[in-house]
Amino acid sequence: MASDGTPSRFTRFADKVGRSTVVAIEEVGNCGVLIGESLFWLFWGPRLKQPVRMDSVIKQMMEIGIHAIPIIAILSAAIGAVLAMQGIISLRKFGAESQVTFGIAISMVREFAPLITGILIAGRSGSALVARIGTMKINQEVDALEVMGISPVRFLVAPALFAMVIMVPALTIFSGFMGLWAGGLYVGVDLGVSMDAYIIQVKDSLDTGDVLHGFGKSIAFAVLIAVIGVVNGAGVKGGAEGVGKVTTRSVVQAISAIVITDMIFVLIASRMG
Amino acid sequence: MSEDVRKVIEVENLVTHYGTRQILKGVTMDVRDGEIMVIMGGSGSGKSTLLRHLMALETATSGAMRILGQDISELTMKEMFALRRKLGVAFQGGALFSSMTVGENIMLPLMEHTDLDRMTMEIMARMKLEVVNLAGFEDLMPAELSGGMIKRAAVARAIVMDPQILFMDEPSAGLDPVVSSALDELILRLRDAMGMAIVVVTHELESAFTIADRITVLDRGDILFVGTVEEVRNHPSERIQNLLNRRMEDEPVDPDEYLKRLMGEEKMGDARP
Repeated sequence: MASDGTPSRFTRFADKVGRSTVVAIEEVGNCGVLIGESLFWLFWGPRLKQPVRMDSVIKQMMEIGIHAIPIIAILSAAIGAVLAMQGIISLRKFGAESQVTFGIAISMVREFAPLITGILIAGRSGSALVARIGTMKINQEVDALEVMGISPVRFLVAPALFAMVIMVPALTIFSGFMGLWAGGLYVGVDLGVSMDAYIIQVKDSLDTGDVLHGFGKSIAFAVLIAVIGVVNGAGVKGGAEGVGKVTTRSVVQAISAIVITDMIFVLIASRMG
Repeated sequence: MSEDVRKVIEVENLVTHYGTRQILKGVTMDVRDGEIMVIMGGSGSGKSTLLRHLMALETATSGAMRILGQDISELTMKEMFALRRKLGVAFQGGALFSSMTVGENIMLPLMEHTDLDRMTMEIMARMKLEVVNLAGFEDLMPAELSGGMIKRAAVARAIVMDPQILFMDEPSAGLDPVVSSALDELILRLRDAMGMAIVVVTHELESAFTIADRITVLDRGDILFVGTVEEVRNHPSERIQNLLNRRMEDEPVDPDEYLKRLMGEEKMGDARP
């Protein structure tokens, strides 16, 4: 504390850190509450005559999943081809380029397919979700829902969450196939391996655990994207500028959460053997 | 209006805070069945906060509130949903859902709370649009409507379930005098035709004096007076007359307090010895 009674720079810093920590803990808590409430409405909504509408879920699935297919296909194919190119260059030094399929298959199914899909959906659909909910909050549409006796979580959050949980793993599988296919094409051109032989090598390289590893991660990513989007959207303040800020914040948080969760998954999987 | 008329809203000693700031300081009021109650006050008087409490959107720090005879603090979630179906609200900006047509907006409460078939719901939506003089606009998107039309469409949505209480937040705000006057007439017609209680928050004196059966004058979180238009107009209190005449009272400014507010020291806690 300074001699004139004003808080010192350290006190201000500590105050800022303390406040940010409280906000972060609150947001994590909100994420948990949203997941719990969404599950509540899924299972108990029909009893309260407030079911989660399937048409809303399907609409969200179209938006999150179907419309994202072209960009997922292009990026996954590009990553698959890059893996093949880099793999062949690296392994050629040891005369082991014939083993490149193993690297492509494991990398694509366990890592790149869920990661590319998660990051793309966070940027594309996560940002759209936060902007939609933020704008609705500012325009008092969320309040209007509540006064009409319609739960905003059931009406807005649950369809988005369930659509994410269905479509992100589905897109991850699609991404895996596209990456493997493009990798196979390059391997065929460079090493002269036929596509049939390549597919057999891929099958031999992968086991159920690899597929489940990628699949499990994609479900976790889906939940993260949805709840981070909703929590940020619901916390918007300050009009259109506020919506822009929380949209950016949400995308950064979602991508960071995806990468960190990915690392934790890999760490746990490697420890478990 | 006789004193034994049923009270649809009873508020007793309502106190509410935002953070450490006290917004409502023990508000006691009631709204009677079939009356138009106007809540008036200057900016920051707490009228919007009071309205949010009356719509059961906020939880008070202390005090009691009964809506349609039910103590809202004792209601289960199911009972709260049932109660909210008897309330209608037209927010200041309309709060129409921008992704839906005007007709779909109006049908939404019917879709969520009734088992009516689509054709019946469409007929009911058209009927309500007729009531607010918007017949033929059901297929337009909210973005295609003018400010006055949006407000009328919001009223149509608010009355589609034939609520017992209708809340309106600043219905005349941002409208030209002709449109504003038409909206006042609509409010009076709704009360006469549907017999509902209507709670209107406004700072427009002319509109308030035109539509009100009773007026609640709010200032800095306190109720100054509740009475008929004539009683409010002729009230001897200088504070009320100042508010009506929109004169700012001369308030002594404490320079130290003002400086502290500017420095943000209230947030940090007063560190001075």
